[in-house]
Amino acid sequence: MSATTQSGPAPRQAGTSEPLLVVEDLKVHFPTSDGVVKAVDGLSYSVERGKTLGIVGESGSGKSVSSSAIMGLFHGSNAQLGGQIRVDGTDVLQLSEKEMRGLRGREVSMIFQDPLSALHPYYTVGAQIVEAYRVHHDVSKKVARKRAIEMLDRVGIPQPDQRVDSYPHQFSGGMRQRAMIAMGLVNDPSLLIADEPTTALDVTVQAQILDLLQDLQREFNSAVIIITHDLGVVAEMTDDTLVMYAGRGVEYGPTKEILTHPEMPYTWGLLSSVPDVVGDTSAKLIPIPGNPPSLLNAPSGCAFHPRCTHRDKVPGDLCTTTLPELVPGNRSMGHLKRCHLADPEAIYQTEILPEIAPDLVDEER
Amino acid sequence: MFAYALRRLFSGALLLVVMSMVTFLLFYASSSTPERYACGQKCTAQQLEQTKAALGYDEPITTQWAKFAKGVVAGREFPDDEALREAAPELVTQCEAPCLGYSTGYGETVRDLISDRLPVSVSLALVAFALWIIIGVLLGVMAALFKGRVLDRGIVALSLIAFAFPTFFVGQIFLTYVSIRWGLVDTPRYSPIAEAGPWAWLTGLMLPAITLALVYMAGYIRITRAFVLETQTEDYIRTARAKGLPQRTVIGKHTLRAVLTPLVTLSGLDLAGLLGGAIITESIFNFNGVGKLSVTAIARFDLPLIVGIVLLVAAIVIAANIIVDMLYAVIDPRVRLG
Repeated sequence: MSATTQSGPAPRQAGTSEPLLVVEDLKVHFPTSDGVVKAVDGLSYSVERGKTLGIVGESGSGKSVSSSAIMGLFHGSNAQLGGQIRVDGTDVLQLSEKEMRGLRGREVSMIFQDPLSALHPYYTVGAQIVEAYRVHHDVSKKVARKRAIEMLDRVGIPQPDQRVDSYPHQFSGGMRQRAMIAMGLVNDPSLLIADEPTTALDVTVQAQILDLLQDLQREFNSAVIIITHDLGVVAEMTDDTLVMYAGRGVEYGPTKEILTHPEMPYTWGLLSSVPDVVGDTSAKLIPIPGNPPSLLNAPSGCAFHPRCTHRDKVPGDLCTTTLPELVPGNRSMGHLKRCHLADPEAIYQTEILPEIAPDLVDEER
Repeated sequence: MFAYALRRLFSGALLLVVMSMVTFLLFYASSSTPERYACGQKCTAQQLEQTKAALGYDEPITTQWAKFAKGVVAGREFPDDEALREAAPELVTQCEAPCLGYSTGYGETVRDLISDRLPVSVSLALVAFALWIIIGVLLGVMAALFKGRVLDRGIVALSLIAFAFPTFFVGQIFLTYVSIRWGLVDTPRYSPIAEAGPWAWLTGLMLPAITLALVYMAGYIRITRAFVLETQTEDYIRTARAKGLPQRTVIGKHTLRAVLTPLVTLSGLDLAGLLGGAIITESIFNFNGVGKLSVTAIARFDLPLIVGIVLLVAAIVIAANIIVDMLYAVIDPRVRLG
């Protein structure tokens, strides 16, 4: 197992100073009566200050679990954690619950998918932001309230001095997510994790929220992780991309590189599943066959092999017996992939791209 | 809010009217002959007819009900027959509004009978309520916090035991052992708080109140435990933890605040049901409450008394419903009354 979890160097790691967030060989296992659920199994990545990492994958691929681990939300649960999560050099997995609490919400904060259920229905938006601020700052309620109004104003909520006393249900979906973002940023965190921040919102509102996040990131110079299954969000927002499957990273590198020259059949599948509004209508939508695997009893070898349509291009039964390592592919040292295919780029260009984006192929000719 | 309360009160009153009609009808439909109980064992046919007339049972049901309704609003006099009242003015009983009728079995107005016994039932219900809410919710929260561990299993087992033993059994055991055999407490008896003072009132009530509270407490342990566990999986609890709030704030403030809403609804209705008398507990400990009164009323086919008690219980439950709904709007900002 030890060999399989090893991974290559993080892309664009700058010189000697370590990135703000370094996740190394993270494991989150949940023992259940049916066996151990390996929600995250040997995950490594890093994010620098001012940069954005996109984590993509289907539901149940371990995206959210890994970020909850960064927040230390598994303290006191029966989850078994392994590996390291270093925030600014501190391994948060070694921290006590009390030390972790000091970090949570201040150094690292999180924005959740559905702001309606993520905000407490019985407290006003202002009270919830005030609470978040006062946990980490020894200030009076009055000062904290001023800060809350200031933050609501900053995230673009009109009449913040009145809306501060509204309850979450009195806000629209977009407003609620803005309020959630205001709460997440009230303590100037150096790392912001946005767990599908736009999934529950209208498309038109999605763009506004993404714009806002981008603006705020520039302003606060924080590192951002965006968890999503929307490749459009990834293309728009992120510097690096990590594709996850069955609790492991399967492709990792600069976003532009991953989206234009993906080297892992699962990533191809994700790209093939995205409709293109302005693109060629002859482009096909090709869903990935089958369902995500059970994490209780993951497939042998490469976890993706039961759904992989390119298995026949790998000699022998390598795919079903041996877990490929996350190593640099043929293109660059910064582009890691977990796949046995010898020349995935060629397959992508000749087989996948003509199917999903015929116009792109034409352009290149 | 005010308009809402008024509307609810109105529909509640309407419901009471309907209920009184239904109770009347049901007893008419049954083969009961209340005049026979009133007249006694050696009653001639003629005497029976006289009794029936004196009680007003000879009149059509609509007239009887109309008189009853008038009595509730304006009060009335008994016996019902004017000739009888004139013949023996010294035997006339005044029944002030709201008059619920005259119990032949007791020879008193229903109103007096109930108002004598209501304090007993209310005292018993309130003390039991306080016990089961405090202990039940506390143990329920603790069980949830220690889910799956020894403490949780112990509390759940305890609640199962309390739930499994019927009240008449527990009450009997308490009375026989705790009070009589071991002499740990004086024989439970009701002492009015105004006369005997709060301590005598409370200690006299304690044993029956514990008996009564036990089964409710068991239910509240399980319900609270389930509510807390469910709330802990809510996204907003995760948000609260993600803010860096200490566990005691996450539990004591965010979780309990959410659990409060269903608990208020539930406990309000449970309490309302008990205010109208705890039949078994009152009977075991020989407490002269509304519960015991209703047992006697049914045994004697005392129609006016039964109707009176049914309407009292109904009124309490309806009022509790209105109060709970209004409290709900206060507790939950999402609820709009209308």
